[in-house]
Amino acid sequence: MENYLSLFETYNVPAAFWVNIQLSFWAAIWALVIGTVLALFRISPIPSLQWFGTAYVNIFRNTPLTIILAFGFLGLFSVMQISLAGELDDSLFRIAIVGLSLYHAAFVCEAIRSGVNTVPVGQAEAARAIGLGFLPAARLIILPQAFRGAIAPLGNVLIALIKNSTVAAAGSVAAESSSLMKTMIEFRSDLVIPIFLTFALGFVILVIPIGLLTTWASRKLAVAR
Amino acid sequence: MQKTRYAAAAVAAVAALTLSACGGGGDSAESGSGGEGGGESLRIGIKFDQPGLGYDEGGSYSGFDVDVAKYVANELGVTEDNIEFVEAPSANRENLLSNNQVDMIFATYSITDTRKETVAFAGPYFVAGQDLLVPTDSDITGPEDLEGKNLCSVTGSTSAQKIKDQYPGVQLVEQPGYAECVTAMGGGQIDAVTTDDIILAGLASQEANAGKFKVVGNTFSEEKYGVGLPQDSDRCEDINAAITKMIDDGAWEEAITRNTEGADYSFNKDLNPPTPEPCA
Amino acid sequence: MSAQQVLFDAPGPRARRTILIGNIVGVLIVLGILAWVISALADKGQFAASMWTPFLESRTWEFFILPGLGNTLKAAGIAIVTSVAFGLVFGVGRLSHVAPIRWIAGVVVEFLRAVPVLLMMIFFWLALGSSGAVKPQEAPLIAVILALTLYNGSVIAELVRSGVYGLPRGQREAGMAIGLTRNQSLRNIEVPQALIAMLPALVSQFVVILKDSALGFIITYPELLQYTRRLGVGEGNVIPSLLVAAAIFIAINFALSTLATRLSVLLSFRTKGRRPAAQEAVALDAAST
Repeated sequence: MENYLSLFETYNVPAAFWVNIQLSFWAAIWALVIGTVLALFRISPIPSLQWFGTAYVNIFRNTPLTIILAFGFLGLFSVMQISLAGELDDSLFRIAIVGLSLYHAAFVCEAIRSGVNTVPVGQAEAARAIGLGFLPAARLIILPQAFRGAIAPLGNVLIALIKNSTVAAAGSVAAESSSLMKTMIEFRSDLVIPIFLTFALGFVILVIPIGLLTTWASRKLAVAR
Repeated sequence: MQKTRYAAAAVAAVAALTLSACGGGGDSAESGSGGEGGGESLRIGIKFDQPGLGYDEGGSYSGFDVDVAKYVANELGVTEDNIEFVEAPSANRENLLSNNQVDMIFATYSITDTRKETVAFAGPYFVAGQDLLVPTDSDITGPEDLEGKNLCSVTGSTSAQKIKDQYPGVQLVEQPGYAECVTAMGGGQIDAVTTDDIILAGLASQEANAGKFKVVGNTFSEEKYGVGLPQDSDRCEDINAAITKMIDDGAWEEAITRNTEGADYSFNKDLNPPTPEPCA
Repeated sequence: MSAQQVLFDAPGPRARRTILIGNIVGVLIVLGILAWVISALADKGQFAASMWTPFLESRTWEFFILPGLGNTLKAAGIAIVTSVAFGLVFGVGRLSHVAPIRWIAGVVVEFLRAVPVLLMMIFFWLALGSSGAVKPQEAPLIAVILALTLYNGSVIAELVRSGVYGLPRGQREAGMAIGLTRNQSLRNIEVPQALIAMLPALVSQFVVILKDSALGFIITYPELLQYTRRLGVGEGNVIPSLLVAAAIFIAINFALSTLATRLSVLLSFRTKGRRPAAQEAVALDAAST
C-alpha cells in the first residue's frame, strides 16, 4: 500500500489526465463545429457538397485513428511544415487536436444525421409552407430539433473521444495518460495491476457521468411527439 | 561434409564451455535454448527497424549488429541458416532473455548496472556514444548549441531522458522510432536527432537520406554495446573470444564501414575497438 | 424524415441557378483543399517517382504489405470471433433473471466499455510480457486480441441486450405458452432473432475491431501499420507508405460498412415493430471508437 501511494509522489497522474481532458475538450468543440457543417452539407440541395460530406465521412470513419494521428505528425507537421504554435510542445498538442477533431467530426456528422432522422417530415413541410428556404429552415426548424434528438449519440461520440485521446501518444503528445501508465509499469512492474486499475478507474470516473448525463438530458430534452 | 563440420564445431564449443566455466554458476549446460542440442541452432534477438544496425530487409537481415551476430554464431559453430532472428524491441529485451525466448541479443544493448541485475552480458563489441544528427548545413556542434532548438528522440529512451535532465532549454519531441525523427528533420521542423552515434550513422547512410545529414561527432556519453544473455548462460567466454577474433582479423572494422557507408562517419578511435570485459 | 426530398422544393429556374453556383463554389473549395494538400506534399517531393516505385516491386508486397495485412487480419479475425462469444455470454448474462448474474455482467460490461482500448492493450502487453505467462514474442498479439475482445465484446453484449429488448413481447409469451422456461425462451427464441436484428450493427462493430487492431502498432505488434512504417524507414518514403496503409484500411472497412448498410436495408422488413432509436444509439456508439 505504501509502495502504491509513493507512486503518486513520483508520477503526476492527475496532470496526465488533465492533458487528456484538455485534448478532449478542444477536439470536442472542433469536431462539433466540423461535424455540424458536414451534416448540413449532406442534407443540402447542392450535389457537390453532399458528395463531399459523404466522401469525408466514409474516408475518416474507415481510417484507423492511429494512422490519422501519425499522419498529423509526419504529414502536417514534419513534411508540410505546419506549426500551430511557437513552442514545439504546444504545436504538437494542437496537431493532435486537429487529428482528433477531423476523425470524430465524421461521427458527429452521423450522430446529427440520426438526429435529423428523428424530426418528422411534417416539420420540414411546415417550414416550407411558411416560405422558409433551405438555410433558414435548417437553422430555425430542423437543426434545433435534430440536436435534441441527437444528444444520446453525441454523448457517445464524446465518450469515445475521451477514450481515444489516449491514442494521441501516437501523435507524440507524450504527456497524456496512456504514455504515463506505460512508463509507470515499466519502472514498477511489481505494481502492474494497481497501476492499470488506477488509470482504468480514472476513465470510468470521467466517462460514466457523461453517459448518465446525456441519457438524462436526451430524455429531458426530447421533443414530445 | 556439412554435418561433420557442425559436429566438430559443437565438440569444440562444448569443450570450450567446460574449460572456461563462467564464474561459479551451477552446471546448467543447456541454458538459453528450449530443447535444441548445444550449438546447432540459435535464436538471436535483433532490431528489425534500425537500418545500419538491425533491419528486416524483407526475408533477410542487414546491419552491424546482424553482422557481428552472424560472425559470433559462426564461431559458436552455428551457420547462418540455423540462426533464427527474433525481433527484440528495446522494451522487450530483458523479458525475452529472462523467459529464455532468445539465446542472445545483439540490439544496441548498452551494458548497465541496472540491467546486469536481470540479465548477463558478453562483450562489449562496440562502444557508442550519444551524439547528434543534424542537417548537413547545420552549425550545431554539440549539445550546448541546442538551447531553444527542437530535438527529436525515441519515446522513453535513455538519450531522451539525459537531454531532458541536462539541457532544460531544449524542446524535445519523442517519437515511436528514429525514422519519424529523421522525416521531421528532413522537413526542417526538427533541428537535431539524438541517440547513439552508430545508430545515427546507420540512419544517415540510408540511400534515401544520402548527403542530407551528418553525425556531429562530438559524443557526450559512453554506451558499451554488449551481447545480452540469460543470466544462467554459459556462452559468455566463447562470445568474448569470438568478438576478439572478429576485431583482430579485420572483419569487425569492415562491418562498421560497410554499414555506415555514405554517412561521413568515423567511430570513436579512443574507445574502439573495445576489449571484452571479463565474464561475471 | 428523408431530408433530401422535403427540405427544399423541386428547384425552379432561379433555385437551379443558385444550386449551380453553389455547386461550382463547392467543387472549387473541395478542389482547392485537395490541391493545397497535394501541392504542399509535392513541394516536399512526396510525389516524386522514387517515393512510389517501391510499391511496384513485388518484394514490397511480398515482405512488407502482405505479411502486415496478414497479421492485421489475423488479430482482427480472432478478435471478431472471441468478442462475439464474449458478447453473447455477457449479453445473455445481463438478461438473466438471476439477479447476481445480471448484476455482475452489468458491472463488467459497463467497466470495460469505459476503459480505453489502448490502456488495456498496454496493460496486457506489459503484464503478460513480464509475468512469463506467454512467450514475449506472442505477448503483443495476445494483448491486442484480449483488449479488442474485452472492449468490443462488451459493446456486442449491449447489442444483444438491446436486440432482445427490441423484440415484440409476444415472442417470449409465445415461448412460455408452449412450455419453455424463461432461459429456454431466451436461448431458442429471443436471442436468435435479436442476432439477426443486430447483424448490421455487428458488422459495423467489426469495422471498429479492424481499425483498433492498428493500435497494436504502439505495443510492437507487427501489423500493417508497423510493417509499412518499417518499409518507409528503409525506402525513405514514410508518407507514401502511410497513405498506402490508410488506403488498404479504408478499402476493407468501406466494404464492411457497405455490407452493414445493405444488411440493414435487407433486414428492415424483419425489424418492424422494434424500437429503432435505441438500437441506432448503440450502433452509433459502436461505430465511434
